[in-house]
Amino acid sequence: MSNLFDLLVAGLATGAIYALVAVGFTLLWQTSQTINFAQGEFVMLPAFLMLAAMHVGAPFWLAIILGILLSMILLGLAFKMLLVDPMMRHGVLPLAIATMALAIGIKEAVKQFFSAEASPFPSIVPTGDISILGYAVSLQSIGVLVVAILAVVGLTTLLSRTSLGHQMQAAAQNPTVARIIGVPVERMILLTFVINAFLVALASLLITPIYLAKFSSGEVLGQAAFIAAIVGGFNQVRGAIAGGLLIGVLDNLAAAYVSTQYRAAVPMIFLIVVILFRPQGLLGRAEERTV
Amino acid sequence: MSNFGKTLKIVLGLAVVAALILVPMNFNRYGLFILSQWAVMTIAAMGLNLTLGYAGQVSLAQGAFVGIGAYTAAIMTTHGWPLPAALVVAIGLSFAVGWVLGYPALRVQHHYLAFVTLAFSTLAFLVFRNESWLTGGIYGISNIPRPNILGFATNRPLPFYYVCLGSLAIVSLAVWWLIRSPWGRAFMALRENPLRAQSLGVDTRRYTLMAFAIGSALGGVAGALYAPLTQYIDPVPFNLSLSLDLLMMVIVGGAGFFFGPFLGAMIAVLLPEWLRFTEGYYLMLYAVAVMLLLIWSPTGILGILDRYMAARRTKAASALRAVAKSRLETAQ
Repeated sequence: MSNLFDLLVAGLATGAIYALVAVGFTLLWQTSQTINFAQGEFVMLPAFLMLAAMHVGAPFWLAIILGILLSMILLGLAFKMLLVDPMMRHGVLPLAIATMALAIGIKEAVKQFFSAEASPFPSIVPTGDISILGYAVSLQSIGVLVVAILAVVGLTTLLSRTSLGHQMQAAAQNPTVARIIGVPVERMILLTFVINAFLVALASLLITPIYLAKFSSGEVLGQAAFIAAIVGGFNQVRGAIAGGLLIGVLDNLAAAYVSTQYRAAVPMIFLIVVILFRPQGLLGRAEERTV
Repeated sequence: MSNFGKTLKIVLGLAVVAALILVPMNFNRYGLFILSQWAVMTIAAMGLNLTLGYAGQVSLAQGAFVGIGAYTAAIMTTHGWPLPAALVVAIGLSFAVGWVLGYPALRVQHHYLAFVTLAFSTLAFLVFRNESWLTGGIYGISNIPRPNILGFATNRPLPFYYVCLGSLAIVSLAVWWLIRSPWGRAFMALRENPLRAQSLGVDTRRYTLMAFAIGSALGGVAGALYAPLTQYIDPVPFNLSLSLDLLMMVIVGGAGFFFGPFLGAMIAVLLPEWLRFTEGYYLMLYAVAVMLLLIWSPTGILGILDRYMAARRTKAASALRAVAKSRLETAQ
C-alpha cells in the first residue's frame, strides 16, 4: 500500500512537469498552429545554460535567473522571429519539419559545446524524506509538485483574470476579430512564445536534478509532452494539465506493474485509444473539420 | 521549344543514370555503402511521398516499416530462405500492417493522424527490442547473407550497390506508372479535397487505406534491402528518428514531386558525409541547412524549380500576349 502511495506521488510529480511542457506546447498550437517537435530539446537546453553560467562562476540562484532569461530570449523571441515568423503562413507541416531540424541542431550543439556525457545538476529542493499521514514521501517530489502547481495556477490566473490574458485568448481563438477590436495580435502571439520558453525553463530546472542533464534527454520528454497534450485535449490548457498528470502517473504505475520492457508502450496504447475514440482529447472541445 | 525541352530532359536523365552506373566503379567500400544507402532510403522515401505527397496522409511510421522489412529479410535469410522470397513476405507483411494503420486515417486527420502513427512507430520499436526470441533483442541479428542474383554472388560492395540501384529503378518505374494511372489521380483527389472526391464517386475509404498500404509496402522493400546491405541489424536504426528523417527527406526534396525523394534522400544521406570535414559540427550544419532551405522554400528543393518554371512560363506567355497585342494594334 505504501508502495502504491509512493508511486502515485512520484507519478504526480513527473506528471506535473510533463504538464508544464504540455501546456506550453498547446499554447503554441493555439496561437500559431506551431507543432513544436523541438519542445523536448527546449526542456533539455535551459539546464545546460544554467550549468554554463555556473561554470563561469555564477552562484546557483544567479545561474537560474540567467538561464531562464536566456531561454526566454533564445527559445522564445529568437525561435518565434527567426524560424516561426517566416514559415507560419506556409502551413503546419513545413514548420513542423523545420522544428525537427531545430531539435537535431540543439541536440548536436549541446553535444559539441558542452558534453556528450550526462552531468549532475543541483536540486532546488533539499533531498530527503518527510512523513505525511505516516508515509515517507521524498521532499523532491513535494517540491516539484508545489512549484509546478504554482506555475500552472499563475498561468491560468494570467489567462482568465487579467486583461492581458483575455487579449491572448482572443488572439488565439479568433485573430481576425481580435485585430478588429484592437488587440495587438502579433505581440500576443510573441508573448505566448516567451511564456512557453519560461515554462520549459522551469520544467528543465525541476526535472534535470532527477534525470541528469544530457543532450539526448529531450526525446523522451518531448514525446511525453506530446502525448499529454493530445490525451488531455490539444486546444485546452486544463486538458494539457490533466493529460500531463495522467501520463506521469500512468508511466510510473506501468513501470511497476507492467513489464519494464513494455513500460513505454502503455502511454502509447492509451494515446491511440484516446485519439480513435475521443480525438478532441479527454477535456478538449471538438474542432470542426476544415474541409 | 517544348520538344527541345523534352529531349533535354531525356538526355539529362540518361546522363544521371549512366553516372550512377559508371562513376561508382572505382569508389571505395565506404563510398559504395553510402550510395547504396541513398538508393535504399530513396525507396522508403518514395513510399512515404506516395502516402503523404500524393494522397495527403501524414505518416510518422515509415521507419517502422523499414524495420519490419529489414527484420523479415534478416530472419528469413539467416534461416536459409532466398532474399526474393523474403522480399515477397516483407512486402506482404508491411502492406497488411500499413493497411491496418490506415484505419485511424479514416477517422482522424492531420496532426492527430501524425500522432497515431508516431505511437505505432514507438510500439514497433519496442517489439523489435523486446521480443528477443524473434529479433535477437538489443543484440540484433548478424551475418545476414547477401543474395545470389541469377547465379552472380553479390557479396562484394559493387555488385550489391547494383542490386540496390536496380531495385530503385524498378520501384521508380512502378511508382511512375502508379501516379499516372487512375489510382494516382484518385490519390491526388484525396489530397486536394476529400469531400469533393467522394461526391464525385471516388471510394475515398479504399484509396486512403491503399495509399497507406502501398506506401508502407515500399518501406518494407527498402528494409528488405537494408538488412543485406548492412549485414547486421539491431533495433536502434529503426526508432522514431528514422521516421522523422524520412519525413524530412520527403518535405525537403519536395512532397508531391516525383523526384523529391531522390533529392531529399541525397541531402539527408550524402550532405552529412560531405560535411564530415567539419568534424563534430556536421549534423549541426545539416540542421541549419534544412531550416534555411525550408524558410526559403517551404515546398522543398523542387518547389524552387517549380516556381522558377512557373514564373518563366508566365513571362513567356505575357511576352507572347504583348507581341500579339502590338500586332493587333498595328493591324488596326
